[in-house]
Amino acid sequence: MAEKKYFHSVRLDKDKCKGCSNCIKGCPTEAIRVRDGKAKIIDERCIDCGECIRVCPHHAKVAVTDTLEDLKRFRYTIALPAPSLYGQFRDLKAVQEIVYGLLDLGFTDVFEVAGGADMATTAIKRRITEKKNRPLISSACPSIVRLIQVRFPELIDNIVDVNSPMEIAARTAKANFSEKNGVDIGDIGAFFITPCPAKMTVIKNPLGDEQSAVDGAISIMEIYGALMAHLHDDHKTGLDRKFASAFGVGWANTGGEGQAVGIDRFLAVDGIHNVIKVLEEIENDKMPDLEYLEALSCVGGCVGGPLTFENCYVARNNIQRLFKKMNDNNMTIKDVSFNEEEYQKMLFDAPIRPIKVAQLSEDINTAMAMMQEMEAIEKRLPGLDCGACGSPTCKSMAEDIVRGFATEVDCIYVLRDRLKALTGTHPKKD
Amino acid sequence: MIFTETYTVVPRDYVIAGDASRKIKQILKKIGLDADVVRKASIAAYEAEINMVIHSYGGTITLEVGEGRIRMVCVDTGPGIEDIDKAMQEGYSTADEEAQAIGFGAGMGLPNIKFNSDEFNITSSKAGTTLEIIINLPD
Repeated sequence: MAEKKYFHSVRLDKDKCKGCSNCIKGCPTEAIRVRDGKAKIIDERCIDCGECIRVCPHHAKVAVTDTLEDLKRFRYTIALPAPSLYGQFRDLKAVQEIVYGLLDLGFTDVFEVAGGADMATTAIKRRITEKKNRPLISSACPSIVRLIQVRFPELIDNIVDVNSPMEIAARTAKANFSEKNGVDIGDIGAFFITPCPAKMTVIKNPLGDEQSAVDGAISIMEIYGALMAHLHDDHKTGLDRKFASAFGVGWANTGGEGQAVGIDRFLAVDGIHNVIKVLEEIENDKMPDLEYLEALSCVGGCVGGPLTFENCYVARNNIQRLFKKMNDNNMTIKDVSFNEEEYQKMLFDAPIRPIKVAQLSEDINTAMAMMQEMEAIEKRLPGLDCGACGSPTCKSMAEDIVRGFATEVDCIYVLRDRLKALTGTHPKKD
Repeated sequence: MIFTETYTVVPRDYVIAGDASRKIKQILKKIGLDADVVRKASIAAYEAEINMVIHSYGGTITLEVGEGRIRMVCVDTGPGIEDIDKAMQEGYSTADEEAQAIGFGAGMGLPNIKFNSDEFNITSSKAGTTLEIIINLPD
């Protein structure tokens, strides 16, 4: 069956790529190869985590997001600011400043994703009592969900099937706006202000749903300067708005979701490589007592997203200070109420499927023969994992060879030895 | 065909403990076996490897895949399990303080292996312990 081409936000700027090995080494799913002097991202394997954007010294890895120009596609636009946006400003007195600033920038309306997080929190609390798999794994970070599809398919059933705060916020915002103003949903564009490329990707390829209610994503980096100039707390702009709780805002940081959900045996892990280690332990049944895993691809959580402006430690601190301020003002979480139908709508309506990129062949016997061949090839490679061949490790090179994407003489050490054998020369010892 | 590979397990080396079962897991995934089967085999391999690291004088795990099943044979060179029936009880452990201090020795090893296998055989004497773990592949 021919599948629609998978959209990735993370792309290569070919002109800037020097064909070095930085990105192939840092990629958590071994999704990049250097071939013919340029990096090449393997679509099925890429989880849009943006690690390659961080490590590329030539800035050849880019994230495709929407621009403020794209707002013109819609008659009405709603900004959906990620909680992590609040962490970008050092002296934020209140969330209002951001909401009013976004309205000043030309959005017709604003709906805080932190408000979506409040709703998601309530839904997750209930889902924990219904879904028996343990640990349940948060579905908030799309890179982690895709990581599980690609590398840990046996943990798919552990993913909590509640929609992300972004998705919930978009649907609620559009429905509310449409009802209040009597306008067609199709005329409303909901734009997520995003800290990461993975969110852009998930809008185009929804997880657990057929269609995303979000129409586009604008990176925090893109909007930061303009928004900075428009922050203000003139209450006339906001009229009688309601704001999200401190706990909803807290989702910006690692541990914020767990704190909001308020479950005892929960673990918050951030940084994609750390998450992989923990998922490996869960795979081995090493965490039998764990109830809930909040796993986030970026160090610091969403405040550490590759498209943010402020460094993640300062941003985390900003969120903590804002949280305290809001909490002191009694803006503690109230259980958001919704009826049964609304709750059901917050759950995934399409299953998350494994992405079988690991398997060498559809046929087990062929796969086993290839595996045997791969082990033999690996023994002939130098084991230096230098990356000069364009594959991240000698093991992955062996795999690329059996899959027919590379040959043994792409290894400079194998090539050197073959040349020596041909010319009869021996390495000089000095 | 039958795919087979043997891994060495070094006693008391907690730095490399888990490497053999990690390799086994990666291989099973690459062969493209069912997620559920991979999970069961990975847990069984991991527990068997850790048992060997904690308790034995060292040994090997041989993985065989083919003819409708995964077969793992874990052989060590002693000192043997004194009371197999007790060792098969959940929560019973003879792990030393060092192992317990780093979170091993909960007494779930053998019961967990048996739980995740379709067929499980164990023999033990002072000369060593042999586990045979079989997990059937779905048709």
